[in-house]
Amino acid sequence: MALKADRTPGRVAYVGARLLDPATGLDEIGGILTEGELIKQVGAKVTADLALEGVTVIDCTGLCLAPGLIDMRVHLGEPGEDYKETFASAGRAATKGGVTSMVCLPNTDPVIDDMSVVEFVARRARLQGLSKVYPYGAVTKGLKGKEIAELGLLAESGAVAFTDGFSAVANAQVMRRAMMYARTFDLLICQHPEEPSLAAGGAMNAGETATRLGLSGIPRQAEIMMIERDIRLVELTGGRLHIAHVSTVEAIDAIRSAKARGLPVTCDTSPPYFALNEVAIGDYRTFAKLSPPLRGESDRRAVVDGLKDGTIDCIASDHTPQDEESKRLPFSAAATGGVGLETLLAVTLELYHNGHVPILDALRFVTAAPADLMKLRTGKLTQGRPADLVLFDLEQGWKVEADKLLSKSKNTPFDGRLMQGAVVRTVIDGRTVLVAD
Amino acid sequence: MNDGIGPFGFPHKHLLGIEGLNPIEITALLDRAESYVEQNRQADKKKAVLSGRTIINLFFEDSTRTRTSFELAGKRLGGDVINMSVATSSVKKGETLIDTAMTLNAMHPDVLVVRHPESGSVKLLSEKVNCAVINAGDGQHEHPTQALLDALTIRRRVGKIQGLRIAICGDILHSRVARSNIHLLTTMGARVRLIAPRTLIPTGVEHMGVEVFYDMREGLQDCDIVMMLRLQKERMDGNYLPSVREYFHFFGLDYEKLEGAKPNALIMHPGPMNRGVEIDSEVADDFGRSAIHEQVEMGVAVRMAALEILTANLEEQQQRNL
Repeated sequence: MALKADRTPGRVAYVGARLLDPATGLDEIGGILTEGELIKQVGAKVTADLALEGVTVIDCTGLCLAPGLIDMRVHLGEPGEDYKETFASAGRAATKGGVTSMVCLPNTDPVIDDMSVVEFVARRARLQGLSKVYPYGAVTKGLKGKEIAELGLLAESGAVAFTDGFSAVANAQVMRRAMMYARTFDLLICQHPEEPSLAAGGAMNAGETATRLGLSGIPRQAEIMMIERDIRLVELTGGRLHIAHVSTVEAIDAIRSAKARGLPVTCDTSPPYFALNEVAIGDYRTFAKLSPPLRGESDRRAVVDGLKDGTIDCIASDHTPQDEESKRLPFSAAATGGVGLETLLAVTLELYHNGHVPILDALRFVTAAPADLMKLRTGKLTQGRPADLVLFDLEQGWKVEADKLLSKSKNTPFDGRLMQGAVVRTVIDGRTVLVAD
Repeated sequence: MNDGIGPFGFPHKHLLGIEGLNPIEITALLDRAESYVEQNRQADKKKAVLSGRTIINLFFEDSTRTRTSFELAGKRLGGDVINMSVATSSVKKGETLIDTAMTLNAMHPDVLVVRHPESGSVKLLSEKVNCAVINAGDGQHEHPTQALLDALTIRRRVGKIQGLRIAICGDILHSRVARSNIHLLTTMGARVRLIAPRTLIPTGVEHMGVEVFYDMREGLQDCDIVMMLRLQKERMDGNYLPSVREYFHFFGLDYEKLEGAKPNALIMHPGPMNRGVEIDSEVADDFGRSAIHEQVEMGVAVRMAALEILTANLEEQQQRNL
């Protein structure tokens, strides 16, 4: 594998590929011509003949070419926890996973609740020249859930949406005012749906497994009631709400009915919630300690159904790097979260391989859907848009090995899992940043 | 309450609010006030209209300009004016308010001018006394003399109110000035727009005959009048708004945001101003456009008219009852 940062992309033609663009429904053999940082032409007319005009031609026969992935929920360790992840290590992991854009959480030190931090993140990410980084701004100052942050100014300086990250805005009046205030500027608020007073002290999903393991549980209702409450606040305020990583039957039902009523509610889930259940915790595996916790099998199936019928809009990796020391602890004391940038595409493709959704739908969850939600220019194979592309082999098998992850932290809940679908090349702004061996 | 026509065409015992008044009654008040403007500019400002009458300014909330304005208005009409400031902390609510009213009533005043931090309290008090009552601001409900002085200012500057496009900007949610102005201006046929962040727009206000905007440039487009409201510091601690700098950036009135308004759009503010919060100093001090000092001047004239009319109505009523 080679990581390249070709600074002068010029004109490049990727030819003979199966073009997959969820935004337009395109699924045909053809090519993409890029010029500089942008997509110049898409379709069957882009062929190897362009070599005669001095275009660099890359043969993609047998491979799929799609918009680069947008991972709309990534926790970066930097600034503040550089020992867990940095812009550089996350950027490498992302490009390996075909993720060309990351939307990063504001749970950093300092918190992204000030314009200067937004600008710092943008500048640091640009210097890496790897995956693009778009920051979330904090909903409340210092993520404390009390006072509304400067949403308007943060948005002007580049925050694409707002969230308090790992914690919900618990106070209903604060959430109400935040949503009303955000609506003033048509901004999106993204909520971690968990009633903190009910979830406090819990280590895993409440139920039989937790009881057998002797671990205190987080009731599923902690998620359900927060989502139901927030939907009422959407009714009250008309503000746009996005609910992160939904994981329970009733929460998905509530969102389904809210959407049917025309409310501006969207949601995402993460690969662990449709590919794993609480059984993955097995004998106290802390890599499977996530937030929200892995649920039961009926919940996992409901998440798949939610993806199938479009109730769930997006899939985000929920990439949460935790160093070895914070995971090598008794289960209750261990940190929560798992890395996910490098497995996002392959686990999402499982939905296709298992016959749950068509290939374009699977890709939409990680390209056009988050792009539309965050109003990003990327995520679509359209002329004039940034040439952010992923070339992948839809069938190639591989095995997840935690030690081989490029992420600085190795805490994947998918360690040892067999995958189908592998990234071959990642292109960002017309530059090839990764070519697999 | 209709208590007969009265000598000035304003047939009410009290002035508790603008809501419910009709254009003729509002015009009657404004016409009478107009007649006092010139008098107030002369060296000898005193008349004997209220000679022998007692006016009590009963303020349960701090106020300098409104109280002074009422005091001057009463004195210029030759009345005896007494100021009573009651610190809210030392007064228990409810019964004590009524007790205070009864006590004062026993002293036979002619007019009680009342300001109170609770909405509806002035109405409650008016039901317990025999004299006329003027609401000088009750909670977040109404401040009728402010709306009247604003209307007089506009009428004198522009010549009319009907058909004007008037923007009221800022903390509508907590503003009695905004409510009284909405009632008055819509009643007089102006097209009223409210502009504020959504957290400062009260629920259902669009049913009060106004258009609501959440963007200054959009809302100020083609406006004849721009009324700014005072934003209290305690609103900016993150409950309603994140910070002063963000508020000023998006909603503070400066020349840039004012660009879309009519070239000679009048700038108004009920005072006291927070420069650099809701209004840029340059705009506030723009001699050609800012009517802020004129508003203060009109305040005295409007209050003189209100005191005169209500006193006359009271007398007429008393004579009928004899």
